[in-house]
Amino acid sequence: MSAGSRLENANPVIFQRSGERLLTASEEDEDVHDPIDDREIFDLIRSINDPEHPLSLEELNVVEQVRVKVNDAESTVSVEFTPTIPHCSMATLIGLSIKVKLLRALPDRFKTDVHITPGTHASEEAVNKQLADKERVAAALENSSLLEVVNQCLSTRKI
Amino acid sequence: MKETLSLVQKLSAHPDSRCWFVSWNPSGTLLASCGGDKAIRIWGREGDSWICKSVLQDGHQRTVRKVAWSPCGNYLASASFDATTCIWKKKNNDFESLTVLEGHENEVKCVAWAPSGNLLATCSRDKSVWVWEVDEDDEYECVTVINSHTQDVKHVVWHPTQELLASASYDNNICIYKEEDDDWECRATLTGHTSTVWSLSFDAKGQRLASCSDDRTVKIWMEGSESRQSDVSWKCVCTLSGFHGRTVYDVAWCPLTGALATACGDDGVRVFREDESADPQQPLFSLAAQVTKAHNQDVNCVSWNPKEPGLLASCSDDGEIAIWKFHEED
Repeated sequence: MSAGSRLENANPVIFQRSGERLLTASEEDEDVHDPIDDREIFDLIRSINDPEHPLSLEELNVVEQVRVKVNDAESTVSVEFTPTIPHCSMATLIGLSIKVKLLRALPDRFKTDVHITPGTHASEEAVNKQLADKERVAAALENSSLLEVVNQCLSTRKI
Repeated sequence: MKETLSLVQKLSAHPDSRCWFVSWNPSGTLLASCGGDKAIRIWGREGDSWICKSVLQDGHQRTVRKVAWSPCGNYLASASFDATTCIWKKKNNDFESLTVLEGHENEVKCVAWAPSGNLLATCSRDKSVWVWEVDEDDEYECVTVINSHTQDVKHVVWHPTQELLASASYDNNICIYKEEDDDWECRATLTGHTSTVWSLSFDAKGQRLASCSDDRTVKIWMEGSESRQSDVSWKCVCTLSGFHGRTVYDVAWCPLTGALATACGDDGVRVFREDESADPQQPLFSLAAQVTKAHNQDVNCVSWNPKEPGLLASCSDDGEIAIWKFHEED
């Protein structure tokens, strides 16, 4: 976690950020209902800071728009994230940060599921189970030191 | 003879927070609720509506996860993420904190009184189940720490007549404990669920146990007749699948009507009825009534009133309590 200690993945591949969303005429029309779409969810999570590197989850390709699925009518959101290395010990923290960001930003009606992209992490099943357990998530967020780390990941950084 | 669930009242019980659990006192006159706001609220009926009678604050530093009434109705126990269990004593219409049970390493997830009122069980994320003995001077002493689960223990429940304890866990299993030679031991491990088991409920006679899980099913377990003296064997006799869209957080067997209610992460409350013509060894259940949008968010708990048949309370992540009446359609 601290910059002084040895990084798990010292030289991650850095990816290009996507551009700003282009607004269409109907989106600017206040009288037209805009359902929440994949890009909107992606925009919420792409700027989350990586806990290890001074880079965003998008720049590390941990989150991609194609791995975000939203169904506005059914109020469900599903996000898959890809740890940079299969033994990344930060996977749970990254997943928790994505989950917390969505819980804070989306209307209460949404059910959010956050998973590791299948086949990309050694403890995929254990991490997925922990992220899906709302009781453990609630207890974790009452832990002030953990909450602080999550909030650091969610703090706005100039990109 | 179609049955239905009608809403009696909704209560904003734990505003801006989550209501985790509700529990009726043994006489069915009071409902206790607890939540993420660290508070416990006691609700009572006044005229036709339910109102808040008292608020128990300052007992816990973190979320109050579950509350349980003693069989005499004069004590309330509360389990909290702050790793403690508080015992409250009812005095006239108020409650005072009597004692705090410490010992678990982290979040206490559940607390339950044995039918005699002399034993109390607690469980925690620290993977252990503790049994406490209560004496006449209101002193509590831990008599056993059992480590039969390999993960977080979510729920504990006592058999309605015997000193038999059951627990449910994040390790997908259910354990059944009995005391032998002054020692509590796990006598049976019930395997079958494919994800976290969130809650358990015995039927009125204690012949069957219902469990609910993150695998979106409810299972009915029955004690095997071939059980030897020291062994306890329970087998799964029925699985209710296809009814729940997300995690089933709670299951409650009505001691008066035999109806089985569930609380689900898909915001729904459902009530199942047993087919009376089916072989008792192979019971069949059908959906008798459901409210798909019972709450605005996940439903965490369902609890049948112990005296008034068909009166059901549920609570949700939206902080609300709902009181329902399960009855035949007019």
